[in-house]
Amino acid sequence: MTAITLPAAATVPKPRFAALLAAEWIKLWSLRSSYGVLGAGALASLTITVNSARSNVDLISRSGNPEQRLAIDPMHSAFVPEAYQILMIIACSVGALMVFGEYASGLIRTTLAAVPDRRAVIAAKAVVATVVTLVFGALVAASSFGLTQAIYHRHHIGLSISAPGALRAVAASALLAPVCALVGMAFAALIRHAAGTIVTAVVVLLLAPALFQGETYRWVKEICNAMPLTAWDKLVDNPARPARYPGKYPETVTEAWIVLAAWALTSAIVAVTVVHRRDP
Amino acid sequence: MIEARELTRRYGPVTAVDRLTFTVRPGQVTGFLGPNGAGKSTTLRMILGLTTPTSGNVTVGGRRFRDLPRGLRHVGALLDAHDVHGGRSAAAHLTAMAVSNGIPRRRVTEVLAEVGLAAAARRRIGGFSLGMKQRLGIAAALLGDPPVLLFDEPINGLDPEGVLWVRGLFRKLAAQGRTVFVSSHLMSEMENTADELVVVGRGRLIAAEPLATFAARATGQAVAVRSPDAETLAKVLTAAGATVLPQRDRLCTVTGLTAARIGDLAHDHRVPLHELTPQTASLEDAFLQLTAGSVEFTGDDR
Repeated sequence: MTAITLPAAATVPKPRFAALLAAEWIKLWSLRSSYGVLGAGALASLTITVNSARSNVDLISRSGNPEQRLAIDPMHSAFVPEAYQILMIIACSVGALMVFGEYASGLIRTTLAAVPDRRAVIAAKAVVATVVTLVFGALVAASSFGLTQAIYHRHHIGLSISAPGALRAVAASALLAPVCALVGMAFAALIRHAAGTIVTAVVVLLLAPALFQGETYRWVKEICNAMPLTAWDKLVDNPARPARYPGKYPETVTEAWIVLAAWALTSAIVAVTVVHRRDP
Repeated sequence: MIEARELTRRYGPVTAVDRLTFTVRPGQVTGFLGPNGAGKSTTLRMILGLTTPTSGNVTVGGRRFRDLPRGLRHVGALLDAHDVHGGRSAAAHLTAMAVSNGIPRRRVTEVLAEVGLAAAARRRIGGFSLGMKQRLGIAAALLGDPPVLLFDEPINGLDPEGVLWVRGLFRKLAAQGRTVFVSSHLMSEMENTADELVVVGRGRLIAAEPLATFAARATGQAVAVRSPDAETLAKVLTAAGATVLPQRDRLCTVTGLTAARIGDLAHDHRVPLHELTPQTASLEDAFLQLTAGSVEFTGDDR
């Protein structure tokens, strides 16, 4: 038998978290679906916001009343809820895909045999998902704002980014994406199944806020206020145009930020804990 | 070196692995043998920390695998060739694995060439045949140049040429001083590859011994022995507990002892031997008899 020098523990390089980030980065961008989902999502969101601004501008042009243009809130077109509901689902899917893609294919066993430190693996996924969807969210929000206000500029009602609440709205919309990516990740870690994860995410992120509507019972409204979609809605309000019906239990701006942060943090903790505790 | 001590895994009322104790040593190929559902895959998953044992423990190189921050330089494993994402190329799949463990990217090209997938490196894994996926899994196991290698049913889906190649590879890896642990439900597959065997049935250890010893355990398993002094030899072997059946032309069929033991006994008693041939064809019988026994045994238990 020929003895060879087998790698001793001392020659093994120090494990680096950055290496796990690089690996997750490679995994994400080596799947065509990642480009498809993000590209289609950005296009859909921008189409909705730009179309909103264009139809409003059209309305102003055709209206005989010069006051018509003042009735329009230019901020609203940049932050049409439907556009950001799409953004939410896209970001959520990206985060979820990074987890259920591994569980559904069985790749998770290969991954965890290569990196037995499960918490480090899922933490790396969370960081990559956060960064990618934050950039995605920032691009969509900034482009939406820029394009819609450029369209309104022709009628001199376009807002600049320094307008009250504008930067806050762009920032909140950008941050909404990573919050949803982390929520998707947590659901995927719990459910481990593609369809189940997406359905649960749609129900929780989009349907639940609609379900807990009304002001009859305070607790119902409070649950609604604790939803990411409601919090985002509060943060993209135009402060120059106060709500005509503020409601009995309105959400404050600070509360809205806390809601987004809490969803992100809780989701990350759930994802890390579940992957660590439950065998693949 | 892999050491399992009283390793047990229960799934509700089912005991998949039942107090398994065995040691897999470096420098040889150890076959992990048992019928389907014997607990082989569960055991391999427990070695890799993917399944948590209900009780007992298993260590690789003296450490629990799950306590290692990175695995590829310690253990290379092919558990299931389908444990890949079909949407990625072979090169991307291996590159992500290599990068996560701080292994230089050129290793990806090296291992792909070693398993004969260099031409398919840029192709999506989803379009691979089972044989190609097995080769990819073997490439992944070799990435970290590890001292311990685990393979779960690696022959599945390989063509005859691939089977020969993989046997040669296992022998080569063992000759380099590595620990090579290969599971199979086919005894015949082990015949040409393994030096040692760990045999399980219904989650329990049936045997952990050299292949030759295991082969001799089968009742009716025989060694053909020819000697000019057949009478003396028959007395010696009978005294050692063997059954000797005289055949024509000073040839007899001996059961109950290994060829090695018969040779030693003949030497000790200065009986010349002209032929000593283990009837290896009955290895499969040995396996079937012993595993069937374990099935009956656990059946009575209930």
